Amino acid sequence: MLTTMISNGSMLHTDSLIHYTLHLADNALILSQRNSEWCGHGPVLEQDIAITNISLDLLGQARNFYQYAAILIGGTASEDKLAYHRNENEFKNCLLAEQPKGDWAVTILRQFIFSAYQYLLYRQLAKSTDHQLAAIASKAVKEVTYHLRWSSEWVIRLGDGTAESHARMVNAIQDLWMFTGELFLPAPYETEIQNQGIITGVEKLQQEWITTIENTFSEATLALPTDTGWMQTGGKTGRHTEYLGRILAELQYMQRIYPNCEW
Amino acid sequence: MMIRITKQYYGDFGESAADVSANAPKEIIQATSNIGHDWPLWEVFIRSKQGLDHKHVGSLHAADAQMAIENARDVYTRRMEGVSIWVVESTYIHASNPDEAESLYDPASDKAYRHPTFYDLPDAVKHM
Amino acid sequence: MQIHDLEKVFLDKIEEEIKIEPRDWMPDAYRKNLVRQISQHAHSEIVGMLPEGNWISRAPSLKRKAILIAKVQDEAGHGLYLYSAAETLGTSREETINDLHSGKAKYSSIFNYPTTSWADMGAIGWLVDGAAIINQVMLCRTSYGPYARAMVRICREESFHQRQGFEILLVLSRGTAEQKAMCQDAINRWWWPSLMMFGPRDGESTHSDQSMKWKIKRMSNDELRQKFIDMIAEQVKVLGMTLPDPDLKWNESRQHYDFGEIDWNEFWNVVKGNGPCNKQRIEARKNAWDEGAWVREAAAAYANKKKLKTNNGLEAA
Repeated sequence: MLTTMISNGSMLHTDSLIHYTLHLADNALILSQRNSEWCGHGPVLEQDIAITNISLDLLGQARNFYQYAAILIGGTASEDKLAYHRNENEFKNCLLAEQPKGDWAVTILRQFIFSAYQYLLYRQLAKSTDHQLAAIASKAVKEVTYHLRWSSEWVIRLGDGTAESHARMVNAIQDLWMFTGELFLPAPYETEIQNQGIITGVEKLQQEWITTIENTFSEATLALPTDTGWMQTGGKTGRHTEYLGRILAELQYMQRIYPNCEW
Repeated sequence: MMIRITKQYYGDFGESAADVSANAPKEIIQATSNIGHDWPLWEVFIRSKQGLDHKHVGSLHAADAQMAIENARDVYTRRMEGVSIWVVESTYIHASNPDEAESLYDPASDKAYRHPTFYDLPDAVKHM
Repeated sequence: MQIHDLEKVFLDKIEEEIKIEPRDWMPDAYRKNLVRQISQHAHSEIVGMLPEGNWISRAPSLKRKAILIAKVQDEAGHGLYLYSAAETLGTSREETINDLHSGKAKYSSIFNYPTTSWADMGAIGWLVDGAAIINQVMLCRTSYGPYARAMVRICREESFHQRQGFEILLVLSRGTAEQKAMCQDAINRWWWPSLMMFGPRDGESTHSDQSMKWKIKRMSNDELRQKFIDMIAEQVKVLGMTLPDPDLKWNESRQHYDFGEIDWNEFWNVVKGNGPCNKQRIEARKNAWDEGAWVREAAAAYANKKKLKTNNGLEAA
């Protein structure tokens, strides 16, 4: 579907930039979708509202990136076509985003890992030579700064709370850690626009990211996994876990059974 | 229906139980100290824009002050209602007793000379 | 002061439209009545998140998804304002919530109906929120200060809820044949339950009389219901849809719409727990609460540790 959209468009040389923009959009959309599962089911009313706020922020970021991608693609592309009419293998979100929401520990840890990554990424992206990407990132970095603060505090609370909350955090780290490597492994389209000088490159962020994680973990009395050898990858290039298909089956349901409708 | 009263007087959390029972019908008071596992209640005050006072907007539950401020941000400023937030644990708020309203506030009512309109000046005196 | 003097002071205040505030003396029954009504109202907001939450993951466009998330989140906020108002009367949130989970406290029966199509998001906004707003606007003038202030805040935020619902239906009503059918079907299913939201007829409402005297309520169930019907009967014309009531027609002499008989048998059954989703709704709320227990405990434990550390630090210094 995307390939059709792109080849019908007039700006073929921007393929990599389009893929990258979609990657940013997909990350935000899929994580937003996961977090929104808490809406109405949070552990306490105040936190139900908090996680839903984050979900809304991420959805807003996704829409901005999709809208920009739609402009780059041209023709009849639109934010909704991009979100609702691409298949699993066209989605470029990191595997971490699509993992189940799990318990509050998993959700908190994932948000923390992701916010720490997004914070560095968006700050870097705010200086991109692509003004549109830079503008979206500068707006988003304010939101993400808050997400990072909120999730860090929760990591500390849970890590240093009760024996049970600590154990749940340890489990969450074990479950999610193997999905963190992918965040800093550039996909071919990333490398290409990096070579074009549009972005600085995600691998440069890894050291600062791990420092953020370590500092918060240490305050939370949590340890980094000792065996950090094998990392799962593939999401950025469309090879996903089984979860994404289910997510899209729900997310795209209406547009797939009633195509070409206004809503 | 039996209602358990955890605090007879809102805004008077620190007072003794004896104080509470003075005015409240006995049957609605029960031992209340260990019913709840709720996070503490906090009162939220918001400055809607620079130059204005913080104003009480409501309350919420939070485990600590940091969380209370963040909750207040998420709950009470979703529509750009504020630029600054104060939170204070409700326990620390003490309130005047409405039964003493007459002795506290009525004496002010016959001191009209505290108000500028009390003084009759010629129109020629401007801006005073 | 003697109790009867206090009661006179209280009633005089009500008479003179002076708000009752938390520390003011109030009759025990007034307090109980308020706790019952406010907590019921709070529960309705919270349980009301579930039928709409059911469509967040499937909203048909990103814009609609954002609106729906924001709206359901607002309802959480409204529940919170109301639980806070109930707390000023001396009932903790935990007690209030326990009463919901045990089935002792009620919530609006409308939320025991399922949301089976996207058009239901429109119908809920237009009809259910529309009915709620009529009630809530009245409650902005209720005699208890914290309740009235919560309602003012809620009404201010609710104003977009009904509009977004109507807009969803408007788009459907101008869409394909399938979309039009979806729209009419949702109106058909939500119309009668939304009329039931105003409660039993005036003669049969247990709490109404006293609530009116104390100015907790300011209009009767039937008055509010009529107001709602008159409003909706006009708005439905804009949609080019119909309301499922053959007896609905304008009565020139009354200057109101006449309408058919509500199925009170269904109403009482849903109230008693026999609605299509009663069990599912309470189950969902209980699960959220129970599964959140360890989270609440952990945060409280951490806050205590931090407090101790600070205190020890102060002593050491």
